[in-house]
Amino acid sequence: MSFLELNKVTKIYPNGTKAVHETSMNVENGEFMVFVGPSGCGKSTLLRMIAGLEDITEGYINLDGILINKVDPSERDVAMVFQNYALYPHMNVYNNLAYGLKNRGISKEDIEKKVNEAAKLLQISEYLQRKPSMLSGGQRQRVAMGRAIVRNPKIFLFDEPLSNLDAKLRIQMRLEIKKLQQKVGVTSIFVTHDQVEAMTLADRLAVINNGLIEQLGTPIEIYNNPKSMFVAGFIGSPQMNFLEGELKNKTLTSEGFEINNVTSDFNGPVILGIRPEHMSQTDKGLINLSVDLVEQLGSDNLIYGEIKNKKDFCFRCPGSQIIKKGSKLSLNINDNNYYVFDKSNGNRVN
Amino acid sequence: MIRYFSSNFSHLILLIGIFIMIIPVWLIFASSTHTASIINTQGLQFFLGDKFLENYTKVLLYEGGFFKEITALKMFLNSFLMATGVAFLSVISSLMTAYVLVYFRVKYATLLFWIIFITILVPLELRIFPTYSVMSTLNLVNSYWGLIIPISASAIATLFFRQFYKTIPDELLESAKLDGANTWRFFIDFLVPLSKTMIVAMFIFMFVFGYNQYLWPILVTSSEQYWTVVMGLKMMSGSIVNKFAFVIMSMIPPVLIIIVLQKYFIKGIFQDK
Ligand SMILES: Nc1ncnc2c1ncn2[C@@H]1O[C@H](COP(=O)(O)OP(=O)(O)OP(=O)(O)O)[C@@H](O)[C@H]1O
Ligand SMILES: [Mg+2]
Repeated sequence: MSFLELNKVTKIYPNGTKAVHETSMNVENGEFMVFVGPSGCGKSTLLRMIAGLEDITEGYINLDGILINKVDPSERDVAMVFQNYALYPHMNVYNNLAYGLKNRGISKEDIEKKVNEAAKLLQISEYLQRKPSMLSGGQRQRVAMGRAIVRNPKIFLFDEPLSNLDAKLRIQMRLEIKKLQQKVGVTSIFVTHDQVEAMTLADRLAVINNGLIEQLGTPIEIYNNPKSMFVAGFIGSPQMNFLEGELKNKTLTSEGFEINNVTSDFNGPVILGIRPEHMSQTDKGLINLSVDLVEQLGSDNLIYGEIKNKKDFCFRCPGSQIIKKGSKLSLNINDNNYYVFDKSNGNRVN
Repeated sequence: MIRYFSSNFSHLILLIGIFIMIIPVWLIFASSTHTASIINTQGLQFFLGDKFLENYTKVLLYEGGFFKEITALKMFLNSFLMATGVAFLSVISSLMTAYVLVYFRVKYATLLFWIIFITILVPLELRIFPTYSVMSTLNLVNSYWGLIIPISASAIATLFFRQFYKTIPDELLESAKLDGANTWRFFIDFLVPLSKTMIVAMFIFMFVFGYNQYLWPILVTSSEQYWTVVMGLKMMSGSIVNKFAFVIMSMIPPVLIIIVLQKYFIKGIFQDK
């Protein structure tokens, strides 16, 4: 039995919105699970059902061997970090951390010890006497984390906790969250719509679309082996290029080139997916790209251009390579790193 | 330059307003320190006289009413008890009513709220006979509770607390829940401290409201022992200077309450923002 089990969990809001459809998944003890998906796909809803903040319309959730469908959130022993932190504005940082412990009837000395430990871990010891309004965004973020950690809950739930921070702080906090989780070892679920965050944090990743889990796996599995066009487009940055094509007897024709010996028995209209980083320049390549735009990121260059009918085709090359706007490139796909999807339903067919 | 001018100008207007309000009070105060004959012959006085102590001690020790059962001091005590009782009860009841309306899954909560709100259109004077008969059935005529209870439900205070609670983000409740707070603890540990400023404001408001009651105390008390200051103003016999002195003294409790609580009120506003 897994630590957290979701069994055909469905959520229908009172107004009829079906936010989560028969979702099943298992999260193991100590695992860092990330829910990623576009806005409105039901990530928060799923998380809030685990926390007990939303009723479960159908299905079961087991936490640590206990069916928690009807357990009050205050008794589930889960901790959640909200996007806007939801710190207690009238309490100082110390009491923000101590409040949950007080409610559990822990002695004053123990509370003090635990709060000080957590504060030290998060480097907020200096601010313990301050009110949340006197803290910066990053410090508030830490306090919110501290409030979760100090209780040593069964599971941490994070609902887009980094999205209010500026880009630099975000990357820093991302790293700290990961380190912290590894140190404390508490099972965590992290919701985000940022795929870089998802890739870097996750032990395992659930890509959610329209209330359904499209794919569940380690970040690298999902990156290398997306099961559907949606997942392929969502994971990876810059986004995978999609070209229309036709597959017939293992031969794929698309935008002025052909690929032979495709490992698929599918026949019919398809979408060909190629990641920008899976191509390289050669003399007589498959793809002829006329360059419209060059984005220099320093380490890499992102080249955008046109191939036959497809605009904004992206190719990624090392930053040392100098490519001018208006030039023509000839590209090959490395090691048959391409993906073929059924055009009608987006499922992977190769 | 324009700002300087306009700020001076608005100060000027404020000053004029203050004078308009203060001058009558000052006239009464100054007059209350003279002898009655001076007032009777020369009218209201603008400057202080020398009978301050004499007039005011006489009023404080005044025994009024038909049976001489009531003193001015007792009236102040009665008024204070009534006003404090009204303020406490109405703040507590409206805090809790608003809590239930906003945070509990009450069916038709909005409708209920508007029904409560409509009671503003039905002041005590309109429902005074049924209210009296309820009080008399409960045997509360001629008692402090009889004075206090019927005016201790405030729709306005409920409205203020409700609107305030609605601005508190849901996440606060949710994270409190996850931190193990139950219904009662959320109220005590969160809503009460967060509405501190508003509680003080409502307390002042309801204190003054209770203090100023006239018709209801007259109806519900027949014993002179329960006379309040406002009743005393009307009932009191004696010379004109004593009445003036009593008028001035009657203003002190509400002003005092405002001055004392204003400190917390302002502190409350600036502390958390
Ligand atoms: N209280 C509610 N009542 C009705 N519908 C709701 C409610 N909360 C969310 N929804 C709907 O449920 C769907 C999923 O919402 P949810 O908040 O889980 O999305 P999300 O994946 O967290 O999105 P985001 O990344 O924008 O936070 C959305 O279509 C939303 O409109
Ligand atoms: Mg969300």
